[in-house]
Amino acid sequence: MSSETNKVLFGPVVDNNPIALQVLGVCSALAVTSSMANALVMTLAVIFVTAFSNLFISAIRNQIPSSVRIIVQMAIIASLVIVVDQVLKAFSYQLSKELSVFIGLIITNCIVMGRAEAFAMKEKPGISFLDGIGNGLGYGAVLMVVAFFRELFGFGTVFGIEILQLTQNGGWYQGNGLLVLPFSSFFIIGLIIWAVRQWKPEQVEED
Amino acid sequence: MSSNKETFGGTLVFVLIICLVCAALVSISAVGLKPLQQANKLLDKQTKILEASGLLEKAGTDIVGTYAKFVNAKMIDLDSGAIIEGDTDNFDERSDARDESKSIKPINDIASINRRANHAVIYLVKDNQGQLDTIVLPIVGSGLWDLMYGFVGLAPDLNTVRSVVYSDLKETPGLGAEVLNPKWKALWPGKKMYNEQGEAAIKIVKGGAKKGDVHGVDALSGATLTSQGVERTLHFWLGDEGYGPFITKFRNGGLK
Amino acid sequence: MEHYLSIFIKTIFIENMALSFFLGMCTFLAVSKKVSTAIGLGVAVVVVLGLAVPANQVIYQAILAPGALDGLMGITDPANSIDLSFLSFITFIGVIAALVQILEMLLDKYFPALYQALGIFLPLITVNCAIFGAVSFMVAKNLTLGESVVYGIGSGVGWMLAIVLMAGLREKMKYSDVPDGLKGLGITFITAGLMAFGFLSFGGISL
Repeated sequence: MSSETNKVLFGPVVDNNPIALQVLGVCSALAVTSSMANALVMTLAVIFVTAFSNLFISAIRNQIPSSVRIIVQMAIIASLVIVVDQVLKAFSYQLSKELSVFIGLIITNCIVMGRAEAFAMKEKPGISFLDGIGNGLGYGAVLMVVAFFRELFGFGTVFGIEILQLTQNGGWYQGNGLLVLPFSSFFIIGLIIWAVRQWKPEQVEED
Repeated sequence: MSSNKETFGGTLVFVLIICLVCAALVSISAVGLKPLQQANKLLDKQTKILEASGLLEKAGTDIVGTYAKFVNAKMIDLDSGAIIEGDTDNFDERSDARDESKSIKPINDIASINRRANHAVIYLVKDNQGQLDTIVLPIVGSGLWDLMYGFVGLAPDLNTVRSVVYSDLKETPGLGAEVLNPKWKALWPGKKMYNEQGEAAIKIVKGGAKKGDVHGVDALSGATLTSQGVERTLHFWLGDEGYGPFITKFRNGGLK
Repeated sequence: MEHYLSIFIKTIFIENMALSFFLGMCTFLAVSKKVSTAIGLGVAVVVVLGLAVPANQVIYQAILAPGALDGLMGITDPANSIDLSFLSFITFIGVIAALVQILEMLLDKYFPALYQALGIFLPLITVNCAIFGAVSFMVAKNLTLGESVVYGIGSGVGWMLAIVLMAGLREKMKYSDVPDGLKGLGITFITAGLMAFGFLSFGGISL
């Protein structure tokens, strides 16, 4: 793998993370992280949508009239999201019930739009596709870390498998009530940002 | 095409092509997957009904077959309590409850449901011998965040509880959503809904019900309002504006 | 009347778009540095929500909802009933984008002063997930037209309240001594978490 593809694919995971650095796509990151299974499905859905929207938009980038640019991007993204939503409803009804409106909200996830506008409109389809996967991965990485902490310390499980037995089920671990609630992801993301910036001081904001 | 892409005509043609492609993509996926989706939706509902009647374990993986064999859906008119003719498969309590001509505003709305549909679909569940074993009644009422939908399974005396199963709720995970915890659900079987005077007596007791209390069920810890919601929901549906008329009629042998 | 008032209060405090459902977070975190800009954006969100939710309600109930077109097409058998609800995402986002565009043009032509103040925020709003989220919730809750007007305005006011409060806190926070790695985004996340914690206490109010 050349260094450029490598950079495009894995750069967004740590060096240029869409959530931690670009403040994109936070909305859905908070509400779906109560379990790792939900976070994983959401991650896959976002990777699929960003990758393919980047691919298609990049493929027709020279044909898109600039006056209808945004709405064309929107239409492509929305179609992809509908496909994801329909597939999920057909093959995993339980998960689609839990994720409810949040799958639809991928349409307004700024990562998808942002990458389409900033990368796919300028670059070739192949590299755009990788950029989409990379940004999806970066988004997913944060989601999975948050979901890991919330599920392990809130419910004592990882992917639904019991690790710490809760007192409700006759075990010793008292689940952390704070982590069960959705807003605890704010704290976790805040702390992740802090940790990453201690590690890579060049990301620190000056004000 | 790229030379004239900024002209009005070029833009229009381009937009039309995009529309057609997107429409085709979306429609193919939606229409192609529809049968699977509807099957899933039905399966989910049937699973909950079987769970409420205690048949889920016996059913194993054959939900549809078990449901068809043991469960018989009937539509009832809530005000009179009589069984009526109706399309039980396509009945939708939620859309009826929004429709002023198909619902009423309860006078004593303790479950905070705002409107109640005139009709309801109940499920009569037989045992292996073909005898009526459980009656599953759908219920709805406010929890902490929103309406909670579920089913309650009663023995043929319409007093002894078989189960309380929630199918659709938005309560806080780990607190209110513990109504879905099997440990809590296991507290219900054998409880009595009514006292000897025939009044709804089931109650949720904070700090734990006394041993031998046939009407009391432990409250969920840390979820006072959800627990209260469950109690009020049951009281509403057991009362005169819920299944009261049906229960009276049924006890007087009106079904047979 | 009482019913509408209770929906209004509920959407502002209990079901706050920003702090209970975490929608519109991208803009919430990015545009909350100054109170004056926060107010401008907040007003724009109220206006767009107040229009977009009822507009989509009408379109959904008249065309997209299962069985809505049956009367028009003369279909009586429920088995053949037309269900276009799979098109709802793409329709909603189209309607929102078109509304924002029209609003922008109208403001520019008739109220230039207002356009000066709000204009720059309007394009941001199309991809604000609070709008799309409120529309999706409207469908999930199956609101009537009257309720959807109240719901739209209420959610807008709630979102505005949250972003203005946040901006107020951030203006003061400039003078605080925050660890380097937490500066900017990190501390904003944690503050938002604490605010959401506070808003959680509205949850117990029964209306």
